[in-house]
Amino acid sequence: MTAMNAMNASNESSAERERGTRPVVLDVRDLSVSYGKVEALHHIDLKIRRGEIVTVIGPNGAGKTTLLAALMGLLPAQGEIVYLGERQGAERQVEQLVRQGMTLVPEKRELFGEMSVEDNLLLGAFDRYRGGHRDELETMDQVFEIFPRLAERREQLAGTLSGGERQMLAMGRALMAKPKLLMLDEPSLGLAPLIIKEIFRIVAELKKTGVAILLVEQNARAALQVADYGYVLETGEVSLEGPSAELASDPRVIESYLGLGGKGGAAAR
Amino acid sequence: MDLQIALLLGQDGITNGAIYALLALALVLVFAVTRVIFIPQGEFVAYGALTLASLQAGKLPGTLWLLLGLGAAVALVEIALALRTRQMRRIPSILLLNCGIPLLLGGILFAIPPATLPLAVQVVLALMLVVPLGPMVYRLAFQPIAEASVLVLLIVSIAVHVTLIGLGLLFFGAEGSRTPAFTDMSFEIGDALLQGQTVLVVVASAVLIVALYFFFERTIYGKALRATAMNRTGARLMGISATMAGKLSFTLATLIGAFSGVLISPITTIYYDSGFLIGLKGFVGAIVGGLASYPVAAAGAVLVGLLEAYSSFWASAYKEVIVFTMIIPVLLWRSLTTRHVEEEE
Ligand SMILES: Nc1ncnc2c1ncn2[C@@H]1O[C@H](COP(=O)(O)OP(=O)(O)OP(=O)(O)O)[C@@H](O)[C@H]1O
Ligand SMILES: [Mg+2]
Repeated sequence: MTAMNAMNASNESSAERERGTRPVVLDVRDLSVSYGKVEALHHIDLKIRRGEIVTVIGPNGAGKTTLLAALMGLLPAQGEIVYLGERQGAERQVEQLVRQGMTLVPEKRELFGEMSVEDNLLLGAFDRYRGGHRDELETMDQVFEIFPRLAERREQLAGTLSGGERQMLAMGRALMAKPKLLMLDEPSLGLAPLIIKEIFRIVAELKKTGVAILLVEQNARAALQVADYGYVLETGEVSLEGPSAELASDPRVIESYLGLGGKGGAAAR
Repeated sequence: MDLQIALLLGQDGITNGAIYALLALALVLVFAVTRVIFIPQGEFVAYGALTLASLQAGKLPGTLWLLLGLGAAVALVEIALALRTRQMRRIPSILLLNCGIPLLLGGILFAIPPATLPLAVQVVLALMLVVPLGPMVYRLAFQPIAEASVLVLLIVSIAVHVTLIGLGLLFFGAEGSRTPAFTDMSFEIGDALLQGQTVLVVVASAVLIVALYFFFERTIYGKALRATAMNRTGARLMGISATMAGKLSFTLATLIGAFSGVLISPITTIYYDSGFLIGLKGFVGAIVGGLASYPVAAAGAVLVGLLEAYSSFWASAYKEVIVFTMIIPVLLWRSLTTRHVEEEE
């Protein structure tokens, strides 16, 4: 038993050391976001490195979606955001960030419902196409390899897909942009356990391509399993952070998020 | 009314209807992408017709001055923005696009007397003079308030419409123009006479509609415009900027408007303010389509053209009244059959 623990500890510290050397993709310092006069996020610090999955877990209304919207330039924010070594100005625009390889798979998916799966994917490569790249068909083949289900449905209208397929399409569409930072807002939301498993397997797989992944989840158990590092967000503040294995064994996390339900504490939606 | 008159009126109706259909499509496109009810559409019809007439009469079209003026205004706004955001690299291309190209067009017009050019070249020149006005108007009037409510956008749209009519009077004068018929061919089918002009207008409209269909269904930019109309947030997340989509839709709408003006110029005498009524009939067609469905809007517009033609025979004094009254039953029917959709925020 002691030997096992020692082994775990040494594994963790080597993972930590490895984490320290990879280039930082996103470095957020002292980020605050307000809706009108109400501040929804208070002084958040967060860091993501290349090829790393970082998860943000927390209950309903904690500010997870707000965080991603602010990072993506959809909401104005205060504080410092350094993306790919460049400090972002106050007038940061979504379009500009997309061009720099940042993508968001939003909580509501935001698909183009009256267009085919294929056209939805194609538009994921819109910015690259505009920038002169003409590799959208090859990229689409790669996406179909990751999500064979989408290949079967390529002619179908996005609005007629099942929940799991919609999530796959939203993720596939984001991958069409060949992102450097992929942000996923509750990919497991409203999906059956089997599909959730599949989605998380794919998330873990994507990590190998070198993309940095920011995974926002209420399903803390699944998220901490795939992630390297985690933050716990509660009422707009980071209450805990650490390597995900450490978080998963932290009594406070176990009590609030990994409780007996087995699906994460705030499972009541 | 005998069959021959009925067929003749039908031809008139279809000719005008084809043009209204084009305008209806442009209105639906602009509304779906930008939520702007594009009232100035009619002015671009008039500008197209009057510009072609000026070119054919060997006069320098007033549109050139308008283009130079608006271009300079856009360049000023863009350069101020570039200075503020320290993007000096953009300044040369801003100047080239908004001032250089209009100046070049002006140079061409001075160098070559346009009246001697073949019709097709004159048409292309007229379009090149009018079409850039669309995105310029978008840049100056609508881009700064892109997030405003439909009502605010409508009010600005009316203001732009009034301004463009005033500028039309200033640059084209009060007298009307009519260009010679594109063709005086005609075909005899049985007893009836089919005018070449009708065929030309219908074919040209059909070609433009098919080209638009391909643009929207087959090209990534066309799909991007549809995507913006379907889901603004989703489109932004793909890097499809609302500004780009807005400019593109205004460019297309202005192209359609100016082209309609070119088509209609041999049929009707066009004055600086004639566009409004023509645009309004396209608008009736678009309303029939609920500002949403292209095929229904086009069909509605052809119906408007036919109704207009036949009512001008039976009750010519009331023909406009009859056409515009058509909106009422259509709106009633629509309000009873369609679910109310909340305006998205
Ligand atoms: N548009 C808005 N205007 C005002 N307040 C908002 C708005 N959107 C979110 N909020 C508030 O900000 C807080 C954080 O919301 P957010 O959607 O970021 O939470 P979340 O962690 O994503 O929750 P969930 O797990 O339910 O998705 C909540 O208190 C919410 O009520
Ligand atoms: Mg959320």
